[in-house]
Amino acid sequence: MADYKKWQCIVCGWIYDEEAGCPEEGLEPGTRWEDIPEDWLCPDCGVGKDDFEMIEI
Amino acid sequence: MTAPLIIIGTGLAGYNLAKEFRKLDADRQIILVSQDDGRQYSKPLLSTGFSKGKDANGLAMNDAGAMADALNAQIRTHQTVTQINAEDRTVTLGEEVITYGDLVLAVGAEPIQLPIDGSEFAHHVNDLEDYDRFYTQVQGRRSVTVIGAGLVGTEYAHDLASAGFQVNLIAPEAQPLARLIPDVCGQALIPALQNLGVTLHLERGAKQILKNGEGYSVLLDDGSVVDSDIVLSAVGLAPRKAIAAAAGLKVGRAIEVDRLLKTSADHVYALGDCAAVEGLNLLYVLPLMASARALAKTLAGQPTPVSYGVMPVQVKTPSLPIVTCPPAADAAGQWVVTGVAPDLVARFEDSDGNLIGYALTGAGVAEKMALNKELPAMLA
Repeated sequence: MADYKKWQCIVCGWIYDEEAGCPEEGLEPGTRWEDIPEDWLCPDCGVGKDDFEMIEI
Repeated sequence: MTAPLIIIGTGLAGYNLAKEFRKLDADRQIILVSQDDGRQYSKPLLSTGFSKGKDANGLAMNDAGAMADALNAQIRTHQTVTQINAEDRTVTLGEEVITYGDLVLAVGAEPIQLPIDGSEFAHHVNDLEDYDRFYTQVQGRRSVTVIGAGLVGTEYAHDLASAGFQVNLIAPEAQPLARLIPDVCGQALIPALQNLGVTLHLERGAKQILKNGEGYSVLLDDGSVVDSDIVLSAVGLAPRKAIAAAAGLKVGRAIEVDRLLKTSADHVYALGDCAAVEGLNLLYVLPLMASARALAKTLAGQPTPVSYGVMPVQVKTPSLPIVTCPPAADAAGQWVVTGVAPDLVARFEDSDGNLIGYALTGAGVAEKMALNKELPAMLA
């Protein structure tokens, strides 16, 4: 199961790594970006999912 | 027809409000007024640009034209609102007088000027155009003196040193970030900055800036002199409130608003760095975004008081990560620090041992989520 991606918040620079997930936020390791609820907010700056863009791994 | 929604300012506050509002109302006319070129960018990322090798174009996300299309809004660039008439619900824009349905002040904050001779020689970086000027000036230069070791000064010192500049950091306090984190955490940051090559001049005030050949000399209050190619001043921000005060709106340190982000005048709102919500003026992104979402709903006809949860501040010093939730300025309590520098967990506890603030450094930042759950909301 490779092909995990990383996503970066374009407002504050926070990175979501699909492989690591974000257990503190209730996102298990391996949670895909598309499986995160649409109303989820960046834990560092509070912007929504549509303010993130994918960055290269 | 409903009169337009006019938003003064196209920083994070103005653009994010417009974006949130458009999700709720596709039709109402929006006019955004910008003093600059209206490019969309993220202010928090300005202090990360040098280490990423990004010039102003690299940090800009969209130009005003693209934003106008995306938001279905009119964007007036390089224009300044000179007057607000809250009784007639009009703003004066150059020769033009425009009637608004609702008016939003998203005018931000401006850098405080050093009250010393030669302060005009110092750069400030408070917006993308400032960044552009500063970035252009430092090309081909080697050394930068940063005056002020608050959030902005510390982040720039770190960013510039990471990008290979020789950096001097001058501050009157005994450690960086003195107003945001306890002394012991600030002390932990000192070796991290020194390892990057930053020379610290702590407990020193800048007395004068002099032109010195191609560069500048900063005279300190102990008689010493710090020479460098460029000087950057970062000694604090003052909320912009003059236009609101001139219009008779209630202002204190910032433009005073209630939980609906409404000023003392009907149909006039304020959010972001220029606003104090029930007295709370927080110059950070997280409260700004919460305000933009709440105000968008209110303006779309569904009055929604803003609530601030826990509002941690990430300090962008990658060589020693720091997260802080400073206690309120008047909060009584004490810091309880555990860990070994540079990996510290500092809890600010009231007399009953309740957590009312924290600061985390190095590996200590792993405690962030747990402490966030323990902290009370700022504006519940």
